[in-house]
Amino acid sequence: MANAAKMQVTDEVAIQITAMNKWYGQFHVLRDINMTVNRGERIVVCGPSGSGKSTLIRCINRLEEHQAGTIIVDGTELTSDLKNIDKVRSEVGMVFQHFNLFPHLTILENLTLAPIWVRKTPKREAEETAMYFLEKVKIPEQALKYPGQLSGGQQQRVAIARSLCMKPRIMLFDEPTSALDPEMIKEVLDTMISLAEDGMTMICVTHEMGFAQAVANRVVFMDQGQIVEQNEPKEFFANPKSDRTKLFLSQILGH
Amino acid sequence: MSNSHFVRTQMLPAQKPPVGETGVIKWMRENLFSSWFNAILTFIGLWAVYALVSSSAPWFLNGVWTASSVDECRAIIAASAGEGASGACWAMINERWHQFMFGFFDRDEYWRPLLAFALLFVALSPVLYFNLRRPTMIMVGGAGAVLVVLLWGVGTDGWHLFLAAAVMAALAALAWFAPKHLLWVTLAFPATAFFLLWGGSVWAPVGVMLGFGIAVLIWRALHGLIGVTPAAAVAALVAFVWWGFLQGLLTGALAQALPAFSLPAEDSDRFGGFLLSFVIGVSAISASLPIGILLALGRRSDMFLIKTLSVGFIEFVRGVPLITMLFTASLLLQYFLPPQTNFDLILRVIILVSLFASAYIAEVIRGGLAALPRGQQEAADSLGLDYWQAQRLIIMPQALKVAIPGIVSSFIGLFKDTTLVALVGLADPLQGITKVVKADIAWKAAYWEPFIFVGAIFFIFCFSMSRYSMYLEQKLKTDHR
Ligand SMILES: Nc1ncnc2c1ncn2[C@@H]1O[C@H](COP(=O)(O)OP(=O)(O)O)[C@@H](O)[C@H]1O
Ligand SMILES: [Mg+2]
Repeated sequence: MANAAKMQVTDEVAIQITAMNKWYGQFHVLRDINMTVNRGERIVVCGPSGSGKSTLIRCINRLEEHQAGTIIVDGTELTSDLKNIDKVRSEVGMVFQHFNLFPHLTILENLTLAPIWVRKTPKREAEETAMYFLEKVKIPEQALKYPGQLSGGQQQRVAIARSLCMKPRIMLFDEPTSALDPEMIKEVLDTMISLAEDGMTMICVTHEMGFAQAVANRVVFMDQGQIVEQNEPKEFFANPKSDRTKLFLSQILGH
Repeated sequence: MSNSHFVRTQMLPAQKPPVGETGVIKWMRENLFSSWFNAILTFIGLWAVYALVSSSAPWFLNGVWTASSVDECRAIIAASAGEGASGACWAMINERWHQFMFGFFDRDEYWRPLLAFALLFVALSPVLYFNLRRPTMIMVGGAGAVLVVLLWGVGTDGWHLFLAAAVMAALAALAWFAPKHLLWVTLAFPATAFFLLWGGSVWAPVGVMLGFGIAVLIWRALHGLIGVTPAAAVAALVAFVWWGFLQGLLTGALAQALPAFSLPAEDSDRFGGFLLSFVIGVSAISASLPIGILLALGRRSDMFLIKTLSVGFIEFVRGVPLITMLFTASLLLQYFLPPQTNFDLILRVIILVSLFASAYIAEVIRGGLAALPRGQQEAADSLGLDYWQAQRLIIMPQALKVAIPGIVSSFIGLFKDTTLVALVGLADPLQGITKVVKADIAWKAAYWEPFIFVGAIFFIFCFSMSRYSMYLEQKLKTDHR
């Protein structure tokens, strides 16, 4: 399915998370997270609901603040320094479960807004880039419509294209297919697979195990705010080590 | 068993609904006579409308437009409609309309408020219609046509009529060929209107606008280096220094050197009627929207001080009656401000009415902000937009859209509340001017006429605002659900 030849992982570190902890008030939501992601790596994060998957990837572009430990993205450490945060955010793309397109702007405006205002790209050039990525996600003909006129699958592909227009070096996905009807899941997954083939560094929270087996280098299993197990997909599915993983896999892979 | 097996071989085409399910009959049956109770209500309603119209119609129909006193009106009505018939004495309006409109403004200078009024619509057009050339042009052209008619009505000579028509035609052409450039008219409007209305040397309003210009330049130069908020603070500081100390020197010198650029000064106590309502209403509306936006953002801010100040301000202002603030305007500010500043009463009222309205606007906008899903802010953040970019490009356009009905309601309320300035001795059209007119023994006996006249004019403007807000909602509707 995926083109393995192009999907080389390098030695260069893209994300380094060390001894990271986070609390919501008294609630210890992330506990001692250690994780290294190399450039070109594709990581699938799974785990039961409420285990802290979303919180973890939201810490990586500082939508959430961590209270202990370090997170270094692309050589920039995330601190309360706003300049660093803006720098990291413009390097890291994020795709949300509910798309979060801007409903008052056309598809094209959704795609060109950040390049124009953050990267100061000239409008013409930004529109060309936008059309290029709309072609890539296979909906160039929708450019002048509003998000409300598109199907869920189309909206999610637009959301992916919107992130790509910022030419990010890392992409984060938070359950990108969970809000979609079954017949639309495939079109979004195909888009993500082709992104993986282009060598994008990806962290993807998903329960699409077919996707994990096809493109992931590593599957990370989380429970109760901790990383319980991580392994390459074949081993992970064939020989889960921990009891929690086994239980989880038996539940989602079914009976 | 065989019943559960069915395959449609032909798809059905769409058909027309049965007769009797469309048209007037259906509408009446559904809306007026759907049940016995409903039918009775319909008849009671019809009777009420009939009673109202039949009792008030003669009064309107017998109205007299030319007479020199209420007694003369009555005599004319008695002669034409018979003894004991009632009728309106519009002659009062006919004789004194100029006071309802302009207060005590110099009669030879009526062209000034009229021109300012027409320019108001020119200034509004690019803002209201997003630089769309057709509606913008229609609005500017319409304002021009109305201006010429009004100027003719106040007895302007042909040469000046031609001049006004030429200026408005030029603006209409600008609206057609480059609607965006009309925004310059919008920016220049406050100073222009001030100069036209109050008169005096042209250099004073120019100096004030220069202060804004300097502030914008400083902000532009600095905001990349030291951040948006500090740059705004520095710009504001410099502008205040300019207005407080430097401007007076420059404009004084210019007024000495070029005294030709001036109009006869009109004192604030000459303002009255709708002129006063419009000056206060328009200024307060345009000031309260930006202040309200900042207050709403402040109230949601993470910064404790800003948040506390915003909440404190909003809650204080909402807790105090407008009348109290007007009395404050007329009395207290005089005590607090340094004695040599002779702060104009109208200006003081404008400032306090703006602050009053902005607290309400802030709450309406906060409602719009609360209606936005959290994901919008997160998406903006994750794309690397900074706080002000996110607010301006993503959050505010959507929040304001949700808040339009509430904002326009506040504006309408504010506009009608301008009649309350009667309480601090200003001549509002409803109470102030009516009192002045009825002080004349000839019109003393009139009661309904001024109220109906003033009410009708208020209605026209408030209703227009309401219609515009509906247009705007329709226009901004992009969800297609
Ligand atoms: N803003 C928040 N405040 C308090 N608790 C939160 C907040 N967001 C998430 N949580 C809690 O943190 C835990 C982890 O949430 P999340 O990362 O969304 O889990 P997952 O994505 O794995 O389902 C959950 O128990 C959730 O209730
Ligand atoms: Mg989640």
